Amino acid sequence: MPTVRCRGAAIDLAEGETVLAGLLRAGVPVSHSCRAGACQACLARATAGTPPAASQVGVKETLRARGYFLACQARPMEDLTVAVDDDPALAVGARIVSVEPLGADVLLVRVRPDRPFEARAGQFVVLRRPDGLARSYSLARVPDERDDTIELHVRVIPGGRMSGWLAAPGRAGDPVELRGPAGDCFYVPGRESQPLLLAGTGTGLAPLVGIVADALRAGHSGPIRLVHGARTPTGHYLVHQLEGWARPSPNFEYLRCALHGDPAQNLALGSLDEVVIARWPRLAGHRVFLCGDPELVARLRKRVFLAGASLAEIHADPFVPSAP
Amino acid sequence: MPSLYDQLGGAAALDQAVDIFYRKVLSDDRVARFFDGVDMERQAAKQKAFLTMVLGGPNHYTGKDMREGHKHLVAHGLDDSHVDAVIQLLGETLRELGADEAAIAQVAGIANSVRGDVLGRPPARAS
Repeated sequence: MPTVRCRGAAIDLAEGETVLAGLLRAGVPVSHSCRAGACQACLARATAGTPPAASQVGVKETLRARGYFLACQARPMEDLTVAVDDDPALAVGARIVSVEPLGADVLLVRVRPDRPFEARAGQFVVLRRPDGLARSYSLARVPDERDDTIELHVRVIPGGRMSGWLAAPGRAGDPVELRGPAGDCFYVPGRESQPLLLAGTGTGLAPLVGIVADALRAGHSGPIRLVHGARTPTGHYLVHQLEGWARPSPNFEYLRCALHGDPAQNLALGSLDEVVIARWPRLAGHRVFLCGDPELVARLRKRVFLAGASLAEIHADPFVPSAP
Repeated sequence: MPSLYDQLGGAAALDQAVDIFYRKVLSDDRVARFFDGVDMERQAAKQKAFLTMVLGGPNHYTGKDMREGHKHLVAHGLDDSHVDAVIQLLGETLRELGADEAAIAQVAGIANSVRGDVLGRPPARAS
């Protein structure tokens, strides 16, 4: 079986064992989170040997060319020497600026990168604590001329290590590291009359809000339809802000959706995929962004495709939870 | 005589062909279960490779690939009726894209030529 070398350790991988599993087994601390190839927290670089193609899916082209791969997806066919975590090329130092409540259990976390950080709203970054704990969050806002901070929406998970740490008082000023960005859920100007459909659950609203802001700022003239799903209406947040954007806008439509609750204006009852397809059963020609709960994103992806949206125009970002 | 692959527009037209074909198989009760539940991006990549092959485009599938790739489906009941259904849906897809009947028959022929490999039948012996 192939050998993985990292930080002076040489690890013989067991049959079918991933690079991440092997490194952790040998006691090499490697940032990781979802173990499903989605969050990119375990991004590593092969300095000798070629990582398997399956472990480079989703990795940015420019990084792939330099041997970067996702350790949790790598079952190598040959020996590899691997650099993890301590690769300065991968990370940008940053500081937490503020942490404020956005809703029942959602925090708005503002972070200021130490140096210019290129990213688009809707992509995701890995936020890494000095002790190596890392989690992936989508960018609701990216730095611009007026404001050099990024904004993340973080759900406070009971027992959550990162969210619990962020929610505790006194975080402002703490140093963190940002890796990335990654993901293809972002607004690309150029077809300003194309209908956009943006649907998400929970903090899936973060990338979608960022994309809507970019579209509106770019003067997108086609319909922009945003649907935010939650179990109950207490799960909705930024409601006033989004209603405020929709009121004067001839083309931006904002709809909330909940499984349970009292019917109200702009609040549809039902599951997100049912509500979206019932409202817009024909989606040919649409550009679609789906973010949040992985099961719902998968269901929506299929239904939206069957409703006529083309595969190339469906951008899905399932929020895979971190795996213990 | 340019291949149907080139006639339809080559790689650029393939995305549209995959959309139409994939939608058809996902909506068809006879075969949907073999395509459902697989990550859509991965599935679309396989569709693209399959369509490239049957349209006479550049392709690197071997008979062994077809066997290995469908082994688990055969174990779940994949049989001639499903291959027939897929070839029919393929024909409908090409009709929508403007291919003529002669070209469609040719494509069906190519798809049929891998039927044995797809269904894991013993390879025909050279005589």
